[in-house]
Amino acid sequence: MNAPLEYLLHLADNAVVLGQRNAEWCGHGPILEEDIALSNVSLDHIGQARLLYQLAAARMGEGATEDRLAYFRDAAEFRNYTLLELPHHGPLVGYAVAERDYATTIVRNFLYAALMVLVWEALEQGSDPDLAAIAAKAVKETRYHLHHAADWVVRFGDGTDESHARAQAALDHLLPYTEEFWTPSPAETAAAACGAAPLLADLRSAWDAQVDATLAAATLRRPQEPAYVPEGKLGRHSEHLSYLLGEMQSLARAHPGAVW
Amino acid sequence: MASLVEQAWAALESVTDPEIPVVSLRELGILRSIEAAGEGLEVVITPTYSGCPAMGQIEDDVAACLARAGIPARVLTRLAPAWTTDWMSPTARAKLHAYGIAPPHPVAPRAPAGAQAVPQVVHFMRTAPAPVACPRCGSSHTRETSRFGSTACKALYQCLDCREPFDYFKPY
Ligand SMILES: [Zn+2]
Repeated sequence: MNAPLEYLLHLADNAVVLGQRNAEWCGHGPILEEDIALSNVSLDHIGQARLLYQLAAARMGEGATEDRLAYFRDAAEFRNYTLLELPHHGPLVGYAVAERDYATTIVRNFLYAALMVLVWEALEQGSDPDLAAIAAKAVKETRYHLHHAADWVVRFGDGTDESHARAQAALDHLLPYTEEFWTPSPAETAAAACGAAPLLADLRSAWDAQVDATLAAATLRRPQEPAYVPEGKLGRHSEHLSYLLGEMQSLARAHPGAVW
Repeated sequence: MASLVEQAWAALESVTDPEIPVVSLRELGILRSIEAAGEGLEVVITPTYSGCPAMGQIEDDVAACLARAGIPARVLTRLAPAWTTDWMSPTARAKLHAYGIAPPHPVAPRAPAGAQAVPQVVHFMRTAPAPVACPRCGSSHTRETSRFGSTACKALYQCLDCREPFDYFKPY
């Protein structure tokens, strides 16, 4: 049985927003190898987003296209996790002037990839054959993302005093946002009910095991989770998403239908 | 007289990967099948990585090659079954090696579906899980510089004997 459209958009929006966010490092990576790595990871995310938008558009019909879904919806229509739209720095820095912090980038990629390896593995076994085909590809890519991010979490955490402090600060800032993973949205509940997708609560112990193993190797401390649960996947976003979309969508909106 | 399908396979032998111009799409496992469909043929290709920017070029190259050969055909992209480097032919591996790219190791087997009671936790790896031989001098005394390289499908390595950097085609 096919997954609900809203669920496909949730997956696609996650991928495109993180892909766009990480692409901000292109040409600005802390070292050349990481510049290339982040560009590759972004390319995987944008490729995954394209496949998911193409599938959603084909099922919507009525002139829907992947470009319309990516470029002509506004922030409140996006269904991505709030975690993925946050800028590459801590909570108390002015948006326009802040320097990007690579520890924030890496910790976010780690927390998300640790989840998505499990989600794609489950989707591969799900009842929606088109979504399972996308998941079968995406899981291979996401395993590399997880290895990459987890290795850097350990290097930062178990590195110098400076890298440890920045990794811990990034973790303290970002980990609370993962609460959103575990509170099901109506789209996730519907996707699970029809057999297309997992209940994320069932993946939580495996995610915890991965996070705890990496944090232990990194000598980082897992912060206590607060009660606040972000609701990006319901369309209630932070102030940061509209800036991100403004940049991502400006070309397509200024020149609709442009090709090159 | 060769059938249209045989002619198409023969013609497409000359179409190589845009980024690795020494191996054909068939040898890489990207060209999946060619079947008769009505008056013409249906040619099925499958993407490597989800975001591989070469896929548009590959589709165009296949269509152009068949058009030049006068073979009417439609090129279809299919995702399932998902492409894997295990589909690469021995010839493709030898050609990659000769071209200076270390060919991929076999994809590590994974626990069958349903056996997920024990989640597989990813641990920090100081070295690659299996040694990758330098395609220039053959030494296995190499190190991974970065798991992401010049294209999505490759990692960056360096030989610690001849000191040359080289690409490793990652298992996928
Ligand atoms: Zn060598």
